[in-house]
Amino acid sequence: MSDPGPTPSPEQSAETGTLAARLAVKQRAGGIAVPIATVVLAFFMGGVVVAATQHSVHKGLFAYRDIFNGAGLNWIFHPTTNLLDISAYNLSQTLLQTSTLILTGLAVAFAFRCGMFNIGGQGQYLMGLIVANWIGVALVGMNSLPHILLALCLGTLAGAVWAGIAGVLKATVGAHEVISTIMLNWIAFWFGSWLFGAGGPLQNTTQPTVPISGQVVPGARLPDFWGMQGFQGVHVGLFIALAALVLFWALLNRTTLGYEVKAVGFNPDAAAYGGINVRKNLIRAMAISGAFAGLAGAIDMLGGTTNYQFGQLDIPFSQVGFLGIAVALLGRNTALGTLLGALLFGGLLFGTTHGLNSGAVIQPQLAGNLTYIIEGLVVLFVGADVLILYVWNTPRRLLRRRAKPATSTAELPA
Amino acid sequence: MTDHAADDLVLEMRGIRKEFPGVVANDDVSFDVRRGEVHALLGENGAGKSTLMNILYGLYRPDDGEIRLNGKRVSFSSARDAIDAGIGMVHQHFMLIPVMTVAENVVLGTEPVRSGVFLDEPAAAKRVADMARTLHFAVDPKALVEDISVGQQQRVEIMKALYRNADLLILDEPTAVLTPQEASDLFEILRTLRREGISIIFISHKLNEVLEIADRITVLRRGKTIVTVPREGATEASLARAMVGRDVLLRVDKEAAQPGGVLLTVENLHVRDDREIEKVRGVSFDVRAGEIVGIAGVDGNGQTELIDALTGLQKIESGTVRIAGRELSHPDARSALDAGIGHIPEDRQRRGLVLEFSIAENIALHDYAQPPTARFGWLFPGRMVERARTLIREFDIRGGGPFTRAGGLSGGNQQKLVAAREVDRDPKVLIAAQPTRGLDVGAIEYLHRRLVTERDEGRAILLVSLELEEILSLSDRILVMYEGKIVGEHTGEVSEEAVGLEMLGGGERTAA
Repeated sequence: MSDPGPTPSPEQSAETGTLAARLAVKQRAGGIAVPIATVVLAFFMGGVVVAATQHSVHKGLFAYRDIFNGAGLNWIFHPTTNLLDISAYNLSQTLLQTSTLILTGLAVAFAFRCGMFNIGGQGQYLMGLIVANWIGVALVGMNSLPHILLALCLGTLAGAVWAGIAGVLKATVGAHEVISTIMLNWIAFWFGSWLFGAGGPLQNTTQPTVPISGQVVPGARLPDFWGMQGFQGVHVGLFIALAALVLFWALLNRTTLGYEVKAVGFNPDAAAYGGINVRKNLIRAMAISGAFAGLAGAIDMLGGTTNYQFGQLDIPFSQVGFLGIAVALLGRNTALGTLLGALLFGGLLFGTTHGLNSGAVIQPQLAGNLTYIIEGLVVLFVGADVLILYVWNTPRRLLRRRAKPATSTAELPA
Repeated sequence: MTDHAADDLVLEMRGIRKEFPGVVANDDVSFDVRRGEVHALLGENGAGKSTLMNILYGLYRPDDGEIRLNGKRVSFSSARDAIDAGIGMVHQHFMLIPVMTVAENVVLGTEPVRSGVFLDEPAAAKRVADMARTLHFAVDPKALVEDISVGQQQRVEIMKALYRNADLLILDEPTAVLTPQEASDLFEILRTLRREGISIIFISHKLNEVLEIADRITVLRRGKTIVTVPREGATEASLARAMVGRDVLLRVDKEAAQPGGVLLTVENLHVRDDREIEKVRGVSFDVRAGEIVGIAGVDGNGQTELIDALTGLQKIESGTVRIAGRELSHPDARSALDAGIGHIPEDRQRRGLVLEFSIAENIALHDYAQPPTARFGWLFPGRMVERARTLIREFDIRGGGPFTRAGGLSGGNQQKLVAAREVDRDPKVLIAAQPTRGLDVGAIEYLHRRLVTERDEGRAILLVSLELEEILSLSDRILVMYEGKIVGEHTGEVSEEAVGLEMLGGGERTAA
């Protein structure tokens, strides 16, 4: 007649359940309002930082106007395809950043849906970039299309393998993916530094004193669809990223693979009971997650975002893998949300560095940091979105408190 | 309590209405509590008890109606408001911090401090010790919560509420997690609190408990107040009728079993649990088509490990399992399912369902990858939904459609969902573990009838339950499990005492 343990209510068990289940509960509780509030609050606090450091409130406002223009969003007031137009040029660069961020965002989102937190997007991105560079530089004289496809596929595979290592470690010995992906990030960093460094296997043979890779041969470069001679144009990587969004959605919602991923993410016990191989899914989901990040690296390399080559010194400055975390969290790990998050951060990334470089508002060398301040705040607020919900409910709570009559003052019987 | 006037009301809730999308959870509910009484709130799962109490505790806002506390109208917007107003709630799922001491847990949030910032540990311990002494709670304030029993943890929860000056205590199905002895201790505590003038709302769906402890009983059914009666004159039958709206069969009507061929054979099975302790120690039995074999036993005597081994969720140490003559060589969950085992697991929320999945997705949990639900790895959600619609109708699953989250259903409907999925796969052997745990009378009756129907369809049914009454009323044959072994086997009429004695290790194996 005795029950072996408490029977928690659905909400409670979800609260104490997996990462994915907890997030789903919060998502239901907050709806679309919370991500929007998160962004607004992060922007507000970023503005406060500018206003405080520049001792001027209106500079905070100007900063956002300049970011808006710097991201090329003022293009909508006078649309043109002429890249000599500054707003059109800015917009094209924002779209380039967005393509990469869509993919690194999807990488984080996919692992999340299987209940894992892939912090190693940066390392997987670098591995994709390295392999794409290697293929793009070494195979001279290959036909263009097969060359591009080979470089993209192997770059994607490199990211998948890199993340897959963390998946295997989790599935076999239970190593937490957060720890192992961070360590794999550092391994990728130093591996890249060695490859591109002086005397490294991938170092540019024509410039033996510069720690930089060789340049991808023209045949392996992704064609631009919006660009002109002498400018970094928007290449077909944007369409690859958009296709990846559709693939992500279809995988999760229209395939048995996605069904398994979500079941394991929400409740591994029930998944195992249902006949799903949980370990296999952890490894597979991690590999797919890394594939998205690896593809991002390959596209950046072949698309010229890094001038078709990458240097030892570029490695510590590259942050797009980490930004993917903010993109996915803000986008609630959905395809549509990731697109919106990537647009936001793509705009910010280019807008802050190029909109604020006149020095009129803040020092240009500080400008790019505003993106990372806002990124950090978004991650912080999403992690603490209970806090956002609390702030969100404050007006109503205050109203009620005022309306509330005096309460009981009963004493403890003692 | 009789010293006070009958209308010395601590709490009045009048005309409470609460609507959720598609469901009216409370419809013009009225409920009151007198000072120093135990008022039981009785109703099936999904009758609206929890909604009503969540409204009282400030977790939901009522759409309509008023709440008066000690005669004054109140409106709570959070549990904090309710706590400040002297309401304490002990949830089914305890909200304690395992690694902290009893005293720390009790004072948490309102800690006595020294120098403004430091926890005054001795003062906290002393206050809690005083309180435990006054109330005759056998709880050591310095013990860690993780080290004390579930019954004691519940007392810590009660102390937490009283420490915050609660004079109205809500206990949400408090006995669901207790052993019979702990339950009777709890009732003793409730009587003490009642003498101290504390009012208690006791939520339950167990008729015998309610009749034992309550002064008055209010029955809810489908969101409405059906009746409020004093304990005197109330009977199990009258309360059951009020709860479900018709006479309930407390016994299961069934024809004599017509056993056919053997479908499940277990031979000399040994199973170790995750901590490498041997929990099943040489079990052999078989189950025939068209019979229900019940395994009786006190919790923790190897039943869980036995079932997990049969269903491929736990490794078999040695021994064999045969389904319809075919041996399960390397049983994992998939091969057990494919061999024809259906399994209603003992914990439907942890294992039986993915609560975040919809009803349709949960129904596909075993065969999401097989036609017609999927082909070559491509899912056809429309077909999943179609199948869900059929089963929702057939199994009378209430509270939503194919797209409703399983976690949003009441316990009874969740269990119907699990049963629907398992039966629909047309298994040869159906293993039902604690199929009615935590369910209300109506759902229990439904599931019992369903199991008998499935037996008559020619399935072999293995029923494992900690409720001896359930085993006795459903089984055609009873096996008693004690310390990992089958210690008794009975067919036909057998007394509760005889089986009970064997469950406690007092019997020898009587039949082979």
